[in-house]
Amino acid sequence: MADGPDQSPALLEFLLRMGDNTLILGHRVSEWCGKAPVLEEDIALANIALDLIGQTRMWLGLAAEVQGEILGEVQGDRKSADDLAFLRDAWQFRNVLLCEIPNGDFGQTLMRQFLFDAWHDCQLRQLAGSADDRVAAIAAKAAKEVTYHLDRSSGTVIGLGDGSPESHARMQTALDHLYPYVGELFLSDPVDDALSAAGIAPDPGALRPAYDATLTRVLGEATLVIPQASRARGGGRDGRMHTEHLGHLLTSMQWLQRAYPGATW
Amino acid sequence: MPPPRPKSAPDIARIWEWLDAVPDPEIPVISLVDLGIIRDVAWQGDRLVVTVTPTYSGCPATAVIRLDIETALRAQGIDKIEIQTRIAPPWTTDWLTEKGRVRLEEYGIAPPSPACGPTGDLTGSPAGRGAGRGAGEPARCPRCGGMELTRVSQFGSTPCKAHWRCQSCLEPFDYFKCI
Repeated sequence: MADGPDQSPALLEFLLRMGDNTLILGHRVSEWCGKAPVLEEDIALANIALDLIGQTRMWLGLAAEVQGEILGEVQGDRKSADDLAFLRDAWQFRNVLLCEIPNGDFGQTLMRQFLFDAWHDCQLRQLAGSADDRVAAIAAKAAKEVTYHLDRSSGTVIGLGDGSPESHARMQTALDHLYPYVGELFLSDPVDDALSAAGIAPDPGALRPAYDATLTRVLGEATLVIPQASRARGGGRDGRMHTEHLGHLLTSMQWLQRAYPGATW
Repeated sequence: MPPPRPKSAPDIARIWEWLDAVPDPEIPVISLVDLGIIRDVAWQGDRLVVTVTPTYSGCPATAVIRLDIETALRAQGIDKIEIQTRIAPPWTTDWLTEKGRVRLEEYGIAPPSPACGPTGDLTGSPAGRGAGRGAGEPARCPRCGGMELTRVSQFGSTPCKAHWRCQSCLEPFDYFKCI
């Protein structure tokens, strides 16, 4: 990386945001395993959850490395991606609120996935050109997988939105419920300012036009109406205020490592 | 200075042959070399370094693959082995060997169409890509050769496969999807 101010603390924060998004959403999606409406959808959801958890391993693995460098820890003392996933508490998580919202029905799960995938796809494409080679490598890898995620969630949102009166109504309800959480994806703070100035990550707001274009196209085809923009519900990506749902998710996800520290199998 | 490579150490071409005999744990008709995930094999002093590029980030076979590589090489008498993971450039189905493609089809899995990676242009706008496009499609049914094909699901029994059906013989089949 070029000379300049040390970006490590901002980079660490950014890596936690990326990794926590994929970890928490991946866990949510995995909750469908074995009980989706049809077998093909069950398999698709499990595959997507797997991709997201795999991406988490790369983001949080790098986060652990950067954290170790900041703290000056020797190799053996450094935290791992698993430590970050299983041993932090709710207020230390940096995922956007959208990722922790409960699944609701199948339509709501796919609407949440679409709203996230459309952002994730833009974000990873930009990050593939990051000034930090490690970030660029993870993003280029993940972008290939996310292309399939967006392809599928778009298709399903269109199919259900432009489907029966029942499926249409459910998809509109899901969109109305989830849309207020979209704004947080584009908020920025000094962490984002530092990283975009260093060419490591894009300015979140700069992704909005491409995101809105995808939403307009897909939701239009789905015959759904985008709600009036309300103030963005934030507090997740800076850890200021998660919803109560995150704690419940963590009790389930982290239970084993909390009850039996260091357990492996 | 690391200890020098022993005079009796097998040469690299021989090691590639051994690795080409290690089956993919999920699709055992093709080898790890056919899959295109082994990117480099090199001696560093008396230590053999094998560089592997994973297929999908969360593919559960990755750990098994590492173990299988180690086991196969130890069986040939190599005991200092280091397996390195390289994620850039990311794995693509264009790296599958021709032999691998033929074996996949014989086994009943339609091989990926060449050079159809959906994210070839990483800086491009996603707005032009629509549902169902850009993911590539099988050339023909691996069972009867039929050309009338329908996609059942973009996701199949493993992360690398999609689920298709032939309209001629009505059989479902796996398609090794482009990435």
